[in-house]
Amino acid sequence: MSSGQRFYPFIPSRRELLLGAAAFSAGALVAPGALAQQFPTAKVNTTGLAVTDTEVTVGILHSVTGTMAISETGSVQAEKLAIEQINAMGGVLGRKIKFIQEDGGSDWPTFAEKAKKLLVNDKVASVMGCWTSASRKAVLPVFEQYNGMLYYPTFYEGLEASKNVIYTGQEATQQIIAGLDWVQKEKGAKTFYLLGSDYIWPRTSNKIARKHIENFLKLKVLGEEYFPLGHTQFNSVINKMKLAKPDVIYAIIVGGSNVAFYKQLKAAGVDLNKQTLMTISVTEDEIDGIGGENIVGGYACMKYFQSLDNPNNKGFVSAFKKMWGEKTVIGDVTQAAYLGPWLWKLTVEKAGSFDIDKVAAASPGVEFKGAPEGYVRIHENHHLWSKTRVGRARKDGQYDLVYETAELMEPDPYPKGYQ
Amino acid sequence: MFGDYSLGDLGSIMVMQGFAGLILFSVFVLMALGLAIIFGQMGVINMAHGEFMILGAYMTYLTSHLCETYAPGLYAGYFFVAMMVAFIASGTLGLLVEWTLIRHLYSRPLDTLLATWGLSLIMQQAFRSTFGAREVGVELPPWMMGSLPVTSTIEVQINGLFVMGLTVLITAVVALLLYRSRWGLQVRAVVANRTMSGAAGIDTRRIDRLTFGLGCGIAGVAGSAFTMIGSTGPTAGQLYIVDTFLVVVFGGAQSLLGTIASALTISQSQSTLEFFLTGSMAKVLTLLMVIGLLMLRPQGLFVLKVRR
Repeated sequence: MSSGQRFYPFIPSRRELLLGAAAFSAGALVAPGALAQQFPTAKVNTTGLAVTDTEVTVGILHSVTGTMAISETGSVQAEKLAIEQINAMGGVLGRKIKFIQEDGGSDWPTFAEKAKKLLVNDKVASVMGCWTSASRKAVLPVFEQYNGMLYYPTFYEGLEASKNVIYTGQEATQQIIAGLDWVQKEKGAKTFYLLGSDYIWPRTSNKIARKHIENFLKLKVLGEEYFPLGHTQFNSVINKMKLAKPDVIYAIIVGGSNVAFYKQLKAAGVDLNKQTLMTISVTEDEIDGIGGENIVGGYACMKYFQSLDNPNNKGFVSAFKKMWGEKTVIGDVTQAAYLGPWLWKLTVEKAGSFDIDKVAAASPGVEFKGAPEGYVRIHENHHLWSKTRVGRARKDGQYDLVYETAELMEPDPYPKGYQ
Repeated sequence: MFGDYSLGDLGSIMVMQGFAGLILFSVFVLMALGLAIIFGQMGVINMAHGEFMILGAYMTYLTSHLCETYAPGLYAGYFFVAMMVAFIASGTLGLLVEWTLIRHLYSRPLDTLLATWGLSLIMQQAFRSTFGAREVGVELPPWMMGSLPVTSTIEVQINGLFVMGLTVLITAVVALLLYRSRWGLQVRAVVANRTMSGAAGIDTRRIDRLTFGLGCGIAGVAGSAFTMIGSTGPTAGQLYIVDTFLVVVFGGAQSLLGTIASALTISQSQSTLEFFLTGSMAKVLTLLMVIGLLMLRPQGLFVLKVRR
């Protein structure tokens, strides 16, 4: 396993240097040495973190083995890209970022143990990591006890806010509400059928969806169903839906089940160009496994799609493909993971210090104008202000953007009236 | 829940629901067959069964890509080639595994459990290193997708029909092999009494190797067929293994008929309950029923009478 193995970021080419500079254009290209002298180590690091005159160490903590490796690989790639680009621009406070990567092995106690190792032995200045809620819940007490800083990329169910975590993905209301409003307005939807895998994220999300549909939109939920993780037979529920004839199928199915669900939906003759389907669990990554022809026409509600048409995203996508191969695709969470190192760098520079307490305190209000999804800003509750977007699946596995909120959506991890 | 619907609507849903149950039944039989042969005939608990299936699925993926690149004209029929490739690949690996690993452990059934579990982990990581951690999408030729409209409201899935046909075919072949061929006779003799069969001149080692290889090969074909309805990823085999063992153990490990009867019972109760309740509840009730019946009949539904 890769435990304790040290990886040094690659030496960037001139082109990447340019891309890096394009992705982020504030105060760049100051000679690193000069900046480091301006911020002496004794001053910017008063708590004994792994910061030297030339280097600062951060941790990457994801699963690269086990079940979750499928999902977490993209996040690791995005974080390495961001670190490389930051280094190409001179690093953080004049110091190059060096990273130590640990493997959570898709096992939650392992995540906690590795988090402790990164914080206690390696004294990392921040950690980019975790993917499932279960792994985040496992490391949270470690980060709070040893006072670390975690940048967590996944959209998740909310109901959490910690001084020691920056949530770069959406909490549930940011992902759900605007999408439901859109489908009501645009598609004239009156009835919904909610589906989900049987664990906390789909259940909490569907609960919010149901409250919004019934109490705010005054529409009807015809059915709500959950399936064990790894369920592979959906013919019965597909028949049930054929009988109930909902205007919208709202699906939060994850993992291998996802593939089975869409393949069987297609085989059962449900044409997603006629039957509206909305999902919050299928990104470009998942379509790779599902097969574009099985989900073409379906709608996904996310904050980021690879196809977004803006200069930031163009630079990001081409840099990502250059580093990780032409065939890689970039999903919502991968983009959110890319934000982690950047937000940390910006926060450290705002605070003028690597100290965890100062970084945590400086976080609210930090803005990242170079985000591929567009502008983002950290809220007082350590989540991000970001837009909600609806995309429509194409046969080639990409999404066409069909709607985005005009304003940034406020993160609300403890939504009133939705619990 | 049925108040608002016309009789015609209800009738078609019932027909389609019955069909859904039959598909589930075929899927269960197909995935359990290979395991039933290995577990039933040899007493080896093959925890890597799911991974042998996924090997078949990956072979299908490779074949589809090769076919697309080198013989696009034959794309419509690639699936049949893919199933052969899957059978050969999984079967060959099965033979190899039997020779290097399993044959040393015949007298220690619990150790085969550990060894094959280790093997499953090795295979998962090998898939991950070779094909990447992400799931791969296996494209089907157009004629295998979608459904056949029987009437205006009844639609029948083409890939469901395909799986059913395949299941019938493979079950028939296995039954023929087991009960009508010389090899089958020898297998049954070895199951009944290994020492005596050896003494009577049957090469028990060869029989074991062939049986294991055949079981793994069938798993490969099943995996190949399941690319139509499920996912293909390094750990996808784990999705099937629990149901597979359930079917085999419930049916009575040594009986082909038992496997089929058990697959029928479990699939019908699962799909019916799922229609009236929810997916999770259906699973709970099905498992409770299986546990209850196994308490009454610890040997499973069908027991082969053997003098011990």
